[in-house]
Amino acid sequence: MQNDTKSAKGNPETVNFSNTKATLALAKASFRSIMRSPSAVIFTLAFPLIFILVFGFLGGGGTHIDVGIAPGSDMSNPVIGMLEQTRMIRLKKEKSKVEFDKLLEKGNIDAMIDVQRKVNSQAYSVKVVYTSASMDKGNILRSVLNNLFYDKSLKPTVAEIKESTVEGREYKTIDFILPGQLGFSLLSTGVFGTAFVFLSLRQTLVIKRFFATPVKRSSIVIGEAIARIGFALIGALFIIVLGHFFFGFTLVHGVLTVVNMLILATLGVIVFMGFGFIISGIAKSESMVPPISNIVTLPQFLLSGTFFSIEAFPNWLQPISRALPLTYLNDAMRKVAFEGLGLWDVKQQILILILWGIGIYAVAVKVFKWE
Amino acid sequence: METRKAIISVNNLVKNYDDFKAVQGLTFDVYEHEIFGLLGPNGAGKTTTLEIIETLREKTSGEITVDGLSIDKQAQEIKQIIGVQLQAAGYYPNLNLIELIELFAGLYGADIKPMAMLEKVNLQDKAKAKYKALSGGQKQRFSIATTLINQPKIIFLDEPTTGLDPQARRNLWDLIKEIRNNGTTVVITTHYMDEAEQLCDRVAFVERGRIIALDTPDNLIDNLVNSGFERKKEVKKANLEDVFINLTGQEWRE
Repeated sequence: MQNDTKSAKGNPETVNFSNTKATLALAKASFRSIMRSPSAVIFTLAFPLIFILVFGFLGGGGTHIDVGIAPGSDMSNPVIGMLEQTRMIRLKKEKSKVEFDKLLEKGNIDAMIDVQRKVNSQAYSVKVVYTSASMDKGNILRSVLNNLFYDKSLKPTVAEIKESTVEGREYKTIDFILPGQLGFSLLSTGVFGTAFVFLSLRQTLVIKRFFATPVKRSSIVIGEAIARIGFALIGALFIIVLGHFFFGFTLVHGVLTVVNMLILATLGVIVFMGFGFIISGIAKSESMVPPISNIVTLPQFLLSGTFFSIEAFPNWLQPISRALPLTYLNDAMRKVAFEGLGLWDVKQQILILILWGIGIYAVAVKVFKWE
Repeated sequence: METRKAIISVNNLVKNYDDFKAVQGLTFDVYEHEIFGLLGPNGAGKTTTLEIIETLREKTSGEITVDGLSIDKQAQEIKQIIGVQLQAAGYYPNLNLIELIELFAGLYGADIKPMAMLEKVNLQDKAKAKYKALSGGQKQRFSIATTLINQPKIIFLDEPTTGLDPQARRNLWDLIKEIRNNGTTVVITTHYMDEAEQLCDRVAFVERGRIIALDTPDNLIDNLVNSGFERKKEVKKANLEDVFINLTGQEWRE
């Protein structure tokens, strides 16, 4: 059709306007722009990866209890032996009593144990010193010891403990942390990215210039959304794959689980982009975007089970947590990834996300500004 | 200018912003293949008028047709045959010139070679540069390139030479004349009368939302002279800008 002439004058080029073509051109431009925007890459990939790295290297067990062994304690007894075999417990030896006391005071070790064989007896006496600096871990140790003694104090010489444990999937820190980080990455991409882009396109009159072309408003929004969702999904895939291969993130049904997670991620970004549209409408300048965006993202970052299970929050706080959309995205992600549930099994979470989406977009339609 | 066929007809255009009457009954025609200048002080209603014709702004009343298309009913068709350069408009962030041209080609559904578009405005060397990194003159030439993507019948240039040095300005005049010579009608606004005199085939003076004069620059000047006007200072055969160009060279710097 088109020849090589440099002057296009008189070329029989036809101008066939197509909405799809315009939308895709916008999506492509937007995607290129996002990939070159340092803040987008940092928020979507770098932050979540840093957190995942930190928690990934913290090890598999999650909680550790550091127990000091008092100098002069009997070492060749079944109690110490059992403690040594308990993965959660790390025994600290070879420190003086004074040193241990200081560590206890600061909570650097969680307890100190002193085992002595009773005179003229096969039984042992076990002295445990807890510290108020670390009561919760002390309590875990107490129940561990109780388990041991329940058997042992009766038959002190028998080293065998009758415990039956159901072989379960090991729930690793990464299995909790990664979905939370993924959710947060989607939240920041959706909120910050969308808000910044639409505000700056509006302020620099880029959108006005678009309006001088035959492109439809819907194409501008959809093109931008395609790019952002595409970028968010690439980021999500990257995080999941990295988590799986380097930190043993559990994907119960392999690729199917990944696909389910990406579907959830898409839903999440779409909902979160709604916040971005609202913010771009109410922010008067670029410097107003971060504070308003933080009002949306920070509470969810802290309260939606990104780092801690929301069950760990005080009772009065939990209803707030349960009102936030990220809570349900995180919840659904964890159930899909770790418990291997299908999307239908997390329909309640999906439904709440959709309800949030409807509410957010109802507001966005009201406050969004084109010019 | 023998064939005086109107490609744009503006009839009794009115635009009110709340209490402010920005445009108060403008009537004028723009002929095919001419460079038409809208001149006037800031706030006279030039940009408002342009943006209404460009379908970017609602009018309060009046009729406008662009190439026979009604602005009320056929805005979408009008957009396809016009090219628009906005005052102080930016471009999509983080993209280079080629990518921006590709984007606009997609927005217009035009099948063009981006490099050929850049060659038209002599920016082929800047193909991989970002818009922000261009000089003032290059930015304006790039903006003009984006107006040509859909091979429009009319292009609108809103103060394209504001802030440019004399060389860049003359360079842009050449480009605009070339576009006109290739058969495109050009509507331009400017504050510079020397520019209007050199560039425009016809000019309209707009003042407080009304047209107070409309003719060729030559006729307007002759009329004034015939009315007995005399410059206080005798006109020399050259002016200071000629001196500047003579001293610093025609050659346009980046």
